[in-house]
Parts: sequence; structure tokens; C-alpha cells
Amino acid sequence: MLTHAINVLLSGIFHAAILFLVAAGLQLVFGVQRIFNLACGSFYALGAYTGVSAVNAFIRLGLPRELFLLALIGAGVCLAIIGPLIEWLLHFVYERDEALQLLLTFAVVLMFEDVMRLIWGTAPLSTGSLYLIYGQVTARGVRVPVYNLMVIAAGVVIALLMGAVLARTRFGRIIRATAENREMSAALGVNLRAVYVKVFTLGTMLGTLGGALVIPATATMSEMGIELIVEAFAVVVIGGLGSMRGALVGALIVGILQAVAISTYPELEMVVIYLIVIGILVLRPQGLFGEPAA
Amino acid sequence: MKVYITLGLVLFLILAIPQLGWHYYTILTLSFFAYATVLLGLNLLFGYTGLLSFGHALFLGLGAYTTAWLTSVWGIRSMEVILLTAMVAAVLVAAPIGALCVRYVKIYFGMLTLAFGMLFYSFLLKFYHLTGGDEGMRVLRPLLLGCDLSGMPKISFLIGPYYYYLVTVLVIATGVMWRLVTSPFGLWLKAIRENPVKAEALGVRVRRYRWYAFLISAVYAAVGGALLGPTIGQVDPGLTYWTQSGYLVFMTLLGGCGYFFGPLLGALVFIYLQDALMSMVPYWRLVFGAMLAVLVLFAPEGLLGLLTSRRGRKTVQVAVS
Repeated sequence: MLTHAINVLLSGIFHAAILFLVAAGLQLVFGVQRIFNLACGSFYALGAYTGVSAVNAFIRLGLPRELFLLALIGAGVCLAIIGPLIEWLLHFVYERDEALQLLLTFAVVLMFEDVMRLIWGTAPLSTGSLYLIYGQVTARGVRVPVYNLMVIAAGVVIALLMGAVLARTRFGRIIRATAENREMSAALGVNLRAVYVKVFTLGTMLGTLGGALVIPATATMSEMGIELIVEAFAVVVIGGLGSMRGALVGALIVGILQAVAISTYPELEMVVIYLIVIGILVLRPQGLFGEPAA
Repeated sequence: MKVYITLGLVLFLILAIPQLGWHYYTILTLSFFAYATVLLGLNLLFGYTGLLSFGHALFLGLGAYTTAWLTSVWGIRSMEVILLTAMVAAVLVAAPIGALCVRYVKIYFGMLTLAFGMLFYSFLLKFYHLTGGDEGMRVLRPLLLGCDLSGMPKISFLIGPYYYYLVTVLVIATGVMWRLVTSPFGLWLKAIRENPVKAEALGVRVRRYRWYAFLISAVYAAVGGALLGPTIGQVDPGLTYWTQSGYLVFMTLLGGCGYFFGPLLGALVFIYLQDALMSMVPYWRLVFGAMLAVLVLFAPEGLLGLLTSRRGRKTVQVAVS
């Protein structure tokens, strides 16, 4: 019983780590640019597909299989170059209606869906046996792939790093100031365009990295991005739009609840999540950690 | 005057389509009728009241599943009863949802509707003993005005009686919506869209009217969904997925969300273009995504906006009022 509970908890936390990365990207962009970027799910899917290709290329080059993680991280980080491109597209609508901003990111989602289908096809791709190459930890009946623990650790490290960057560096202070009041920051000499590009690129990288890191544990599926968008959406609503701490707590809530639901009453898997989302939006629309809307 | 001539021509064309012998396109036009009804309602909410719903597929799905449920589970096949049930179901579901949603505007309204839409989708997907899960449910052929037409071949039924039935429903739906938006109620909604604070100060009960608009648009979506059921013959949860809601907004924007007939034009272009693209390449979403991006960036007024801006302001005002 206890071992089962621990297994469920660990798989939930693994999923939460991935969700946190994508949701953190969403939050960062929303916090600074005030755009709810539906394309964060596409970045995730793109990271996953590119991750598979990168790992396969890595193995084919005869590089040591144990270092495949480097290929994944490399793929996730390099994909950040699409960030400035999408940001360039979005910058046309910064001053426009929210509906148009949302629809433009929806347009990006649609385009990415087919571009990925064009490049990688619709058949599921996976990295095969590499998932268990680092072995499993077995203790009192609990068996966890080491890879899962590494991803959880990576999630924690990235969360701490982001926290430190936002709280302690000059760049972080500029981001927070811009999120707080963009006119004032601009008046104080902040180059808003440059901040937007950097923030969006960082947000994109978090998404692609999340996708790349998840892939050894699963396989690519068409529409995986579209499906993740609604999960990331649930995370940010629960945690509070624009809040980093909210992304972390929201991801843990969604990830663990999903894992618990799947192992106990699978019919309720997403139903529970959406009920919580609705409950939060109705009772506390700013989310658990968000600032009350002005 | 010009508007009436155009409308007459369009109606004549619609009535003539089944006689031309293009069965495939006639059946495609049935989907257009269903989506046009949905969009008339969505436009009341989005175009006239200024609330962007990203979960409107919920009500479309509700209507479609009402048809499936009534015909194949309860054996009630009268189309009029089905439409009435769909409308009642829409009001019952939309009343509490709407009451919650209209407390918010802008992105929060969109998010809350999205959450409700996805809740309904998960319900349809997971409670398969009620809804058939991802396989969905079959829709049996309904009785039209009490006439049992089950002896007819499927194609003849769809391009014959069912086609004209849908035309009638759409014309009625359009007429009612026209009355609504040209009434003081329609003006209040526009006032709310333009400036809710001022509208409230002028005595418009903003939340209440937003709620009414939500209810009406839900009823329209459910009727459209109910009409769509027999056309596609099988309903599945995909009808209520969030991307579907996105496509509905896309269609509205494509035609021009500030115009009464914009959504109808949008639905027409979307459905035919999608069909044409899908028969050529499997990558229709790439083209549609690019189209949506161009639309948002360069022509947020939609196709009707493009068509009317070439001629003077006067035509624009006729189209909007």
C-alpha cells in the first residue's frame, strides 16, 4: 500500500517537473508581455520531436550512450532560436485586443502542428531502451527509474536558478520591473523590445527543454502539444497567472492529482483538474499565488 | 436595398444548390448551415458583446449529443422535439455556467469558458457508458415534421428534405437574431462592448445582459449542434475539444466579427476551403494557421471588412447596424 502510494507520488512529481518547465515559460511571457501564449504546448512538442532526432543522431555518431542526456539538453536549448521568430510575429499585436493576441498564438499552434507532422510524420517516435540506461532505484519495493529522479532534480535546479535570476540579478530586476509597470520601466531607460525578446526566448527554451526531457520516458504523439496546452493552462490558473511560485505549486498539484486519479479512478483524471480550475477561477481568480487583478 | 437584393440572390442560390446534382457539395453545405447557426450565436457574444469564449464547442457538442442520445437511446426521433430539447438543455447548462463566467471579462472569461469546455470534453471522453467514450454515439435519422423518411436512401434524405429543413431553421434563426441585434437589447449589448462602465452608468445592467447574451448564444450553438448530428451521423468528443472552440472563433473572425453576416461568410469560406485543402494536401492546418495569422495582423475586420472598406463608409454602417 505504502509502496504503491510512493510510486504514484513519484510519477506525479516527475510529470509535475515537466509541467513546471512549460508552465514557467507560459508564466514568464504572461507576466511580462501580458500574452497568454497557447504556443507553449507547441514548443513542448517541438522539443520532444527534436529531442528524439537529436538522441538518434547522437547514437548514430557513436557517442557514448550514457551521455544521451546531453543531446536532449542541447536540443532543448538550441530550439530557443525559434523564440525571437515567434516574438517578432507577436510584437505586431502587443498593443491590440487580447482576443487577437490569443488568436495569433492559436495560429502559431496550428502551423506548428502541421510543420511537425510534415517533418516527423504521425507515427510515435521514442528513444527506445535509453530510458533505463541509468538503471532503477529499488528500495522496499519502490522502483523508480533513475532518469525520472534526474528530471525531477533538473526541474528543482531550474526552479532555483530561475528564482535566483529573478530575485538577485540585474536582468531579473528588469524583468520584474517590466512586469510590474512597463511604462515606468521604459521611462527609466529599459529597452522594452530587448526585454521582450529575451523573456520570450527564455520562455520558449523552458518549453522546448520540458519536451526534450520528457521524451525518454514516453513517446512522441501527434497532438501532444495541443494536449499539454490545457494541462499547462490548468497549472497557471491554479497557481495564479504570471507567478513563478504559482507555476511550481500548480504543477505539483496537477501532476500529483493526475497520477493519483489515474491509479485510483481513471475516469476522473482530467475532470478533477478542471473542477479545481473552475473552483479557483470562481473563488480566487488570481490563483493561489497571483496578484489580485487591478 | 442592395442588401436585400444580395440576400435574395444568396437565398435563391442556397435553394438551388441541391438541384445542381453536386451531392458532395450539397452535403458539405449542410455542415455550413449547422455551423452558421452556431456562429450567429457566438457572434452575439463575441462580436456584439465583446466576450471571447474559448469553450463554445461545449454547447455545440451538447446539441449534437442531444440528437444522438434522443434518437439512439430513447428512441425519440422527432426533429422538432430534438431541437426543443437541445434548446432547453442549453439553457439549463448555460444558466449556471454563464452566471459564473460573466463575472469576468477578457482573458479570464476566455479561460473560464475554456475550462468548462474541457470539463465537458473530459466527461464525454471518460464516462463511456453514458456517452460512448471516444467512439462517440450514433445518430439515427430523425423524423421531420413528424414524417418518417427512413425509407429514403441516405443521400436523398440529406440533399432533399433534410437540406430544406436546415435552410428553414437557419432562415428562422437568422431572422430572430436580426430582430435581437436591431432591438434595444442589441444596442445595449454593443454599448456594453464599447464601454461597460458608461453602459452601467446609463442604467444598463451589464452583467445581466452579458448573461442573456451568453444564454442566447448557447441556445444557438446547441441548435446548430443538433442540426449537425444527423449530417455527420456519428458524434464524438472531438466536437467539444478546445481547438474546435478555437475554430469557431476563427470562422467568426474570418468573416468579420463586427458584421451581422460576417460569421456566416466565415463559416462558408472555412468549410469549403478546409474541404478543398484536405483533398489536396493533408496539411490544411498549416495553411489555416498562416491564414489566421495574416487575418489577425492585417485584416482583423475579416473578409466583410475587406469587401466593404473598398466602397465608402456608408456601406460599412449598413452592414454593421
